Amino acid sequence: MIKSIFLTVLLAGFWGASGRAQTRIPADSSGLALNMDAAYNRPFLQIGKIPVALGGYAEMKAAFNQTDGISEGFSFQMQRLTLFVSSSIHPKIKFLAEIEFEEGAKAINLEFASIDTRFHPLFNLRGGIIMNPIGAFNQNHDGPKWEFNDRPIAAAQMLPATWSNVGMGLFGKHVCQNWVLAYEAYLTNGFDDQIIANAENKTFLPAAKINSDRFGESFNGKPLMTAKIAVRNRKIGEIGLSYMGGVFNKFEEDRLRLDKKRRVHVWAVDFNATLPGLKTVLTGEWAWVQADVPESYSQQFGNRQHGGFLDLVQPICRGRMLGFDKAVLNLALRLEYVDWNAGRFRETGGNIGDEVFAFAPAISFRPSAAQTVFRFNYRYIRQRDLLGNPPARTAGFQMGMASYF
Amino acid sequence: MQNSTFGMGRLALFLLLGLASCEKILPLAPEENALLDGPVEGLNEAENLRFLRGDAAFNTEVFTPATGLGPLFVASSCGSCHAGDGKGHPFSTLTRFGQSDSSGNPFLYPGGPQLQHRAIPGFVPEQLPPGAPFAKLTPPANTGLGFLEAVPDAELFAWADPGDANNDGISGRPNWISLPAYLSARPGAMALNGRFIGRFGKKAAVYDLLQQTANAYNQDIGIASLFEPFDTYSGQEIDPEVATATVREVVFYLQTLKAPQPRRTDDPDVAAGRQLFTQIQCTGCHRPELRTSASPIAALANRTIYPYSDLLLHDMGPGLDDGYTEGSALSAEWRTPPLWGLGLSKNAQGGQYYLLHDGRARSIEEAILLHGGEAAESGGQYRKLSAIEKQQLIVFLESL
Repeated sequence: MIKSIFLTVLLAGFWGASGRAQTRIPADSSGLALNMDAAYNRPFLQIGKIPVALGGYAEMKAAFNQTDGISEGFSFQMQRLTLFVSSSIHPKIKFLAEIEFEEGAKAINLEFASIDTRFHPLFNLRGGIIMNPIGAFNQNHDGPKWEFNDRPIAAAQMLPATWSNVGMGLFGKHVCQNWVLAYEAYLTNGFDDQIIANAENKTFLPAAKINSDRFGESFNGKPLMTAKIAVRNRKIGEIGLSYMGGVFNKFEEDRLRLDKKRRVHVWAVDFNATLPGLKTVLTGEWAWVQADVPESYSQQFGNRQHGGFLDLVQPICRGRMLGFDKAVLNLALRLEYVDWNAGRFRETGGNIGDEVFAFAPAISFRPSAAQTVFRFNYRYIRQRDLLGNPPARTAGFQMGMASYF
Repeated sequence: MQNSTFGMGRLALFLLLGLASCEKILPLAPEENALLDGPVEGLNEAENLRFLRGDAAFNTEVFTPATGLGPLFVASSCGSCHAGDGKGHPFSTLTRFGQSDSSGNPFLYPGGPQLQHRAIPGFVPEQLPPGAPFAKLTPPANTGLGFLEAVPDAELFAWADPGDANNDGISGRPNWISLPAYLSARPGAMALNGRFIGRFGKKAAVYDLLQQTANAYNQDIGIASLFEPFDTYSGQEIDPEVATATVREVVFYLQTLKAPQPRRTDDPDVAAGRQLFTQIQCTGCHRPELRTSASPIAALANRTIYPYSDLLLHDMGPGLDDGYTEGSALSAEWRTPPLWGLGLSKNAQGGQYYLLHDGRARSIEEAILLHGGEAAESGGQYRKLSAIEKQQLIVFLESL
């Protein structure tokens, strides 16, 4: 129902915009915007004097993949359509909401809906549905910002981007010439025991997203703590350190003890930088997950995971191309790795497999700076099973586009 | 400068498009004989659909506490124990306990015959009762099981020689077992005092693939079915946690997995190893050839197969006697394991052989040397072979 109202307002807004003066609010280009600013650092459309700005993006792709000689053929995918609306309620109070439709309407998620109240640059209160600031991708995940058709495995599957929860907390930043120091700290509802009891047959944090009740009440009454600090230099780049953790299982109900409290801890480091001279953009993220899996449970579900990705994006041509004045052509490469189950078998002492490595060379064409991207990439994935048997090899080509509107 | 970079961009674009047209950068299928999984040839369209449904249930369906896993269990899915439909790994090795002779299992009440050594959170796994005889059993490969099921009892019985009448030191015999109520004997089945010939499992204590599948759902995953309706934790009858149709589709999948295909058939070392295999009388138990009879699945009927097994029980000596048994088998008796697919076992066992009933042998040679009892004579002859002959024999076994 809420989603329907949200959609109606948005669509009415866009329809009304056709007859009124429109102002396109560009994204921040100061060089001081951080990953934590990503939710607001998007192009918005302001309509007349209405204190509401609208925006959104869409991304789709066509793909042909083959695994060890077997292909499902050629396929199109509407990856997602995301709509967002922001409003300045007061000079110090603003609201932003983001709703996402994945693969048509297969999954509809309210990813962000929070009220931000500014008391001081170092002291802002945020409450509502927030994106937990673990790593960078979770907050900075908009398709048009990336040169590859798929999201990084580590960010989207090991860390469960996009991972949103209801809660509240503080954030702030301090700017000093070319430097920005920022922090975020939130308490939210969190994970549940599906992270170690799911159809993936492995410890899998995204399994908790199935529980939509987490927007209504905590699974176990224990809040999930997420905190991040980040430093950015206008000329060098940004580095962030983040932590997310809390009890994930239902240890008690009606005052009856069911299990001990079991915790999950996630640490992440993220960075982005632009190399001077070549203007090569490096973006990376690495994370570690530790879950308290019962000793008597199956080692199929690991208690330690780690993985990450590194993107290298090299602009090779800027200027007028194909009739677009400020176009950019990029070459890019992504390297990814996830160890889903770090450790050794109790029975043999041998290494537990369950890992995936991937690389993806790509070409992307941006006809209008950061607003729109057309991208083409090859992707090779090598995946080992739990026992470390010869890997399944998947490779294919993907061609897609993503654009803010 | 800009022109040159634009030129580089176009070059890169052409290179990528060129790569796109090159099939070699898309991973090709391994050779068919390098894989254990896949259906038998000759299934019709309807059978192909059943095979795919069974494949999904076997390899993709993962049980969770919400869908019935446990509370006590060994594995959370069928595929957990049979990666790529091959042999299991010590991680998935299970423990059976309680029975030491043909008089039955006195440890059924405290949870026998299978130990569920894992438990969902909040539950305590089963412990081995003090004093209970036990054996660890590594999951077998799934391939070719439908063909083995279609071999008539009469053929197996013909190989049996319980009194060693031919004086060759080899005295295979069937494991005569009682059938569970949900099973009926197949046409032409042989019976002895109301018992029938078992042919699956390390002790040949399982009659057919339905019994094997229903047992595995129940004892390995803790899933109750129409066939095995008892909860392994409480011992009480509960509602089925898996659809009867799903169980039958898994049975069909197991019946229609292809038989392993031999490799390096033109290799002279393989030919020499095959001769040595016969020469040192390994074929006394590991019968190269069996013949199937009529089957409801046409692709399995009236075929000659090469499993290198007689599916009978043989005394393997005190070294392999764990003191535990099933059915009418003695504790030192083990069913001759089929050798087809042996060379591919490593690809399902994490790159390392885990052979014999409990995976104790880390190489084919170690497995041969651990053969005792009826196989002691062949083991002795193996020891007398030259290094080259031993290598030829192993190359042959790895080609199966």
